Amino acid sequence: MIRALLAALALMMAAPVWADDSMPPAPWAYRQLPDPAQEAKAKALMETLRCLVCQSQSIADSDASIAGDMRSQVRERIAAGEDPEAIRAWLIQRYGDYVSYEPRVSAATWPLFAAPLLLVALAAFLLRKRFTSGTETEA
Amino acid sequence: MSKDNPAKAPRWALWLPLALFAGFVALVVVGLVKPKNTDIASQMVGKPLPAFTLRAAADERPGLATADFQTGKPQLLNIFASWCIPCRAEAPVLEELRRQGVTINAIAIRDHKADLAAFLGQYGNPYARIGADDVSAVQLAIGSSGVPETFVIDGKGVIRYQHIGDIRPEQIPDILRLLKEAQ
Repeated sequence: MIRALLAALALMMAAPVWADDSMPPAPWAYRQLPDPAQEAKAKALMETLRCLVCQSQSIADSDASIAGDMRSQVRERIAAGEDPEAIRAWLIQRYGDYVSYEPRVSAATWPLFAAPLLLVALAAFLLRKRFTSGTETEA
Repeated sequence: MSKDNPAKAPRWALWLPLALFAGFVALVVVGLVKPKNTDIASQMVGKPLPAFTLRAAADERPGLATADFQTGKPQLLNIFASWCIPCRAEAPVLEELRRQGVTINAIAIRDHKADLAAFLGQYGNPYARIGADDVSAVQLAIGSSGVPETFVIDGKGVIRYQHIGDIRPEQIPDILRLLKEAQ
């Protein structure tokens, strides 16, 4: 029993083994651009691009090598004068909406944008009596 | 006027919170029970391969460029790496496909020449050409998100199909059929 518990404990503390490469990171994966304005643009974009293998992190937060390669490519393209939204569009063209943390209005996502408006309208409709009767009792 | 009751909710509205809660529980249960699919399908299927030229990743095979796919004959493009564990399991399956006359070109992702040579020596080399992609640039350009992945490319260089993960022996007929359909 104690052995089993110890084994379970050891398993819980074991670090997962990831198959990963041993290549050095891409040139701009961990290096900021010399121009602070460009780096700010790159950073803002990287924080809204989703890592492809870690699934719940942005590429700015992830140490996966593919995320490093994506950061390097983002910085290179921004240094070359490309617009951040053009880079986002390029990636969406390849990976679909999945890769972006900034949802677009589409057939699948319109309820996201419509629901808050509908709920506010519904609340106003349900509460309309309160507003009017309140002023009438005071009068 | 002031004696009017405030608007009274109908009786059934009493059950509304409970119904909402039940709906929420149902949503959670569905989310827990449904198997999670973490595959990210490439949106490049149906589009031509982007232009690229990669240097040779191994001494015994030439490098890989877009033009190598414009031969009039459908080919496979295998994305792999020596550090990728499922790629080892896939190696004999690719060898079988090669034996059946399929041309397989490969892109090695972030791989050292020595590691790759050792991998090919141990698990076999079914590839006609192997290009080296050291910064995942071509991988990103074709919408691939991991290793191994295999793309069916038609004779004009258009991507026709993406297989995510290693090809299993029982999937060989599917791949052969897809290659035939790409003709």
